[in-house]
Amino acid sequence: MSQSDQLTPPAEKEAAGTSTAGVPAPAPVTEGRRGGDTLYFALRNKKLVGGFIVVLIMALLGLFGPWINDNSPTDYIAQPALPPGGEHLLGTTMFGQDVAAQFLHGMRATFVVGIFGGGLGALVGMTIGFVAGYRGGIVDEILNMFTNILLVIPTLAVLIIIAAYLKVRGVVAEAVFIGLTSWPWAARAVRSQTLSLASRDFVDLARLSGVRTWKIIVREIAPNMSSYLFMTFILLFGGAVLAAATLDFIGLGPTDGMSLGLMLNNAVRWSALQLGLWWWFVPPGLGITAVVGSLYVMNVGLDEVFNPRLREM
Amino acid sequence: MRQYFGRKLLIYALTFFAAVTINWMIPRFMPGDPIAAMVARANTQQVEAAAAMRAHYENLFGLDQPVWQQYINFWGALLRGDLGVSIWAFPRPVTDLLVSAVPYTLALLIPAILLSYWAGNRFGAFAARRKFLDNAVLPIGYILTATPYMWLALLLAWSLAIVAGIFPVSHAYGFELTPSLSWEFIWSLITHWVLPFTSLFLVMFGGWAIGMRNMIIFELEADYSNYLQALGARRKLVRRYAYRNAVLPQLTGLALQLGTIVGGALVTEIVFSYPGIGFMILQAINSQDYFLLQGAFLFIVIGVLIANFIIDAVYTLVDPRTRTRLQGAQ
Repeated sequence: MSQSDQLTPPAEKEAAGTSTAGVPAPAPVTEGRRGGDTLYFALRNKKLVGGFIVVLIMALLGLFGPWINDNSPTDYIAQPALPPGGEHLLGTTMFGQDVAAQFLHGMRATFVVGIFGGGLGALVGMTIGFVAGYRGGIVDEILNMFTNILLVIPTLAVLIIIAAYLKVRGVVAEAVFIGLTSWPWAARAVRSQTLSLASRDFVDLARLSGVRTWKIIVREIAPNMSSYLFMTFILLFGGAVLAAATLDFIGLGPTDGMSLGLMLNNAVRWSALQLGLWWWFVPPGLGITAVVGSLYVMNVGLDEVFNPRLREM
Repeated sequence: MRQYFGRKLLIYALTFFAAVTINWMIPRFMPGDPIAAMVARANTQQVEAAAAMRAHYENLFGLDQPVWQQYINFWGALLRGDLGVSIWAFPRPVTDLLVSAVPYTLALLIPAILLSYWAGNRFGAFAARRKFLDNAVLPIGYILTATPYMWLALLLAWSLAIVAGIFPVSHAYGFELTPSLSWEFIWSLITHWVLPFTSLFLVMFGGWAIGMRNMIIFELEADYSNYLQALGARRKLVRRYAYRNAVLPQLTGLALQLGTIVGGALVTEIVFSYPGIGFMILQAINSQDYFLLQGAFLFIVIGVLIANFIIDAVYTLVDPRTRTRLQGAQ
């Protein structure tokens, strides 16, 4: 499952009303030295570096793979059900499609969904979280109520309904819908962070000197929780990838392209299991697991980099 | 007490209202002519099915009526338990189909959620700060939790059912059996249940183990833990206090995860052709059965709302602070 929520203990903790420590302590940034420190610890953090390398490799596969292996992912180009090896590195499907080509195109779609879906989710979540946390009062009440309602609605079910009524489905449209439904927990987390920052002296000072609200948010508040925001984006990225895979697997995937979830869907639909065509369904799942798992591990690494208390001595 | 649950109930009522409204709006505000598209795409051979479908849709959409009237009609039908007639299993009512599917989904979900929550928390708490176990838990936990549910289900189905032949690969019980209270039937039910349950259990287990491991480390660094240690309390006692504190956010996490977990159960059912709600959704999508699909949506929403409410109630029982606050409010 996309553990987005339980991987963010700070937000959980706040929700539970217990201690509030453990968040990368939002202190005013002293440029230069702090940045050097962060980089120093980042490069020495095995989890961060290892996770980043895996994600980078997968991203490069998705970016350049389809040009290097220029077989079409959907055309029937070879003998059906060829095992891996030889001309077709990952074998072929029941219909003679190149599994490697499908994998590379699917990996590209995975990153598109992650970047657009995760990015949009982060954008909406942060905007609502900032506004609710900073403005407070009735605005906060309304936004908070709205967030809580959407938090309880099972978003995947909503996505299924929306996708089922769309005749033509593209990867980007899928990402947009996922982004538009995945933000509530992020909004809640950002809101509680903003609440704790909004009463700091430097924010008061900015307010007293007549800086406009959005400028205070962008200039004063956001930079002081940038690490937290970045981690939120990573979790939303992973969540979007898993949500897209689930939708595609149910049969609501892109109608005009290839994705890893769609590969799994096709494999099951044309009984790859019973026929023993393991090369059809093992690579796509492995790809998703590698991307999402590395992102989660990266996140733990980032947490350790930004939060000295978690660093292993 | 009443105020707390009143507020929660208000949120859930609003959520239900929002979900029904979404359900009403989506077919209506999608581009194109939904009725024609739906009837055409249903592609049913049965003339009466197509006619019933068109009649029902037109009745439901009531295009000659004002929008507010249509919306009220929709609620009216819903409150009477009328979710329309299924196309896939014409002419069975959607409510019937879904009610018969719910027990299968619950039989997978409830044991998987409870057992993985219990085992994952225990294991995560046990592994935290124990060098060897910790190094094993982290990678395995992250791999499990990043695994798409359907992929793990596929791997299990392929390795244990097809290659090794230990378990049956699909359906809820053997085809040759008719449901009865015989041992043979119950055994068949159990063997068919094991694999989908295991795959759900494993993915969730990873998540809880990691979450708990992180929370325990967090709690062990808190002042009260250090204080206890300084007083010379036994390690075990300190850990027990840490665990009780760490369980609370995990419980909130469970509430937040419910939607994802249900999604996981849906795809797991699809892999094993397990006749629960997820399998219904697949049939609905394949046969463009929009009534069934929208009915399934409502069932899922209601289920998640009920589960949320139960978790809220459990939370007040487990967390003494909420309890005292509630009593103070009285």
